[in-house]
Amino acid sequence: MHPAFSVIFFTVASGAGFGLFSLLFIADTFKLGGGFSDQQLVIGGLVALGLIAFGLLSSTFHLANPKNAWRAFSRFRTSWLSREGVFAVVFMPLALIYLVCIWFDAPLWLRETFGFLSAVLAWITVFSTGMIYACLKTIRQWNTPLVPANYLALGYASGSLLLLLGAVVAGLDPAPFIAMAALIVSIAAVLKAIYYFWIRSTGLTPTINTATGFTRAKVKLLDTGHTHGTFLTQEFGFQIARRSAGLLKIVVFGLGFVLPGLMLVWIFNEQGGQTAAAVAALAGIVGAAIERWLFFAEARHVVNLYHGAQRC
Amino acid sequence: MRLGLVIDLDVCVGCHACAIACKEWNASGTIGPLSDYQPYGAEPSGVWFNRIRHYEMDEYPNNKTINFPMSCMHCEDADCVTVCPTGASYKRAEDGIVLIDQDKCMGCNYCSWACPYGARELDRSSGTMKKCTLCIDRIYDQALPVEERQPACVLTCPAHARMFGDFDDPDSAVSRTVRERGGFPLMPELNYNPTNTYLPPRRKPVIPVDTRPRGGLKESIKQFANKLVRR
Repeated sequence: MHPAFSVIFFTVASGAGFGLFSLLFIADTFKLGGGFSDQQLVIGGLVALGLIAFGLLSSTFHLANPKNAWRAFSRFRTSWLSREGVFAVVFMPLALIYLVCIWFDAPLWLRETFGFLSAVLAWITVFSTGMIYACLKTIRQWNTPLVPANYLALGYASGSLLLLLGAVVAGLDPAPFIAMAALIVSIAAVLKAIYYFWIRSTGLTPTINTATGFTRAKVKLLDTGHTHGTFLTQEFGFQIARRSAGLLKIVVFGLGFVLPGLMLVWIFNEQGGQTAAAVAALAGIVGAAIERWLFFAEARHVVNLYHGAQRC
Repeated sequence: MRLGLVIDLDVCVGCHACAIACKEWNASGTIGPLSDYQPYGAEPSGVWFNRIRHYEMDEYPNNKTINFPMSCMHCEDADCVTVCPTGASYKRAEDGIVLIDQDKCMGCNYCSWACPYGARELDRSSGTMKKCTLCIDRIYDQALPVEERQPACVLTCPAHARMFGDFDDPDSAVSRTVRERGGFPLMPELNYNPTNTYLPPRRKPVIPVDTRPRGGLKESIKQFANKLVRR
């Protein structure tokens, strides 16, 4: 699949934003590390909403006809893309009410109710983002429950590293935030490792034989019938060499999981260290972006069977 | 009704006339234009609803070249319709034709990801997705003579490799042909239940090829003479 940068930016930024917002609610509820002040919570919440809003905005850049983008909310009943848009839009006012509750010192039950509702909707929205890809039967590498799991785990991992940065900047006790980030980043790393292991095997997929219906003999493509590339070759023809994909996987793990992990140890030992927290958050997000690029680059659409591939 | 095409792979000669007729009709039809990019340039490309690929089946001496036209299969369980977030993609209840409302499409490409057959192509000039309409602006046109109320590709095919009809009617010409010739759908394992059906190449007797020359004195003298002449 052709990796579209607007979609990569959208999924990484909004994933990190939704992750940050839900973890901020948890940090607020349990007063982690002594508890953020109301002002710090509102700033953190606005940063998360900013990430989400920028992400949603950038997702419209890959549309060829963005003037009809408002119609994308209409097929909630069947389309995961539509669901994601609807959930993201429902999340926004709930999240804003939560922040308003914090700012104006509303009763605790009101604040907690809206915080909980927005955290649940954040989870559902990121799940829907993953399901956009996981529901496609045409791409074996995407059609697995590991995809929404990875989207959630990486979104929350980026969010937890951003939250740790916030806690370090705010001067809170970093220990609970380090523990939370360590746990979520390790879960994300393990899920990603399972995913990479899973897509290595070819599994039961369409082949050039079932694509043409000639299942009793060897089939090979002689001519695609077009002079130059078509929409199909541009959109689905992108291929990455196995070697480069392997190297990038090492980069994903090094930058996305190992470096933030080392930084966590460093912050824990030095008791503070804004640079380390900033490096951890940045590395986590850049790692997630490379992971997302690879997620697209490694996906092989079955239409490639009509352009010479023997199997996908 | 469940309208669709039958494509006879035994008969198709791979002349691309169906693709040309499709482009001609639809470029000026209700869904047109079908934009071309650099049509006379170094890298010609453009939007087509019908593409013909060429395959080789099996190996010499049992090999056969097969010309393979493909357009929208008008699937019964069309994922391109269910994934569409705007409602631009829809399947008509009355005849099963899958269409795109050009006024609603936002050009997100998602439906083309869901289609295993590569039937959908984005038109860069309008920013909308386009696909085979089964010539809906032709097959119901009361102004045309009845025999011409068929898709342009079917009418033009010089080899009569294409048939158009109702698959819901067990006695229609398409249903009967599919039954008699053992028609098959493409990639049935994905469960899209495509309507278009392909007819396999007929079995032909293998023509024996005598590769060894006959022996004998006469043949040896002939070969010797040939060698001399060649020098």
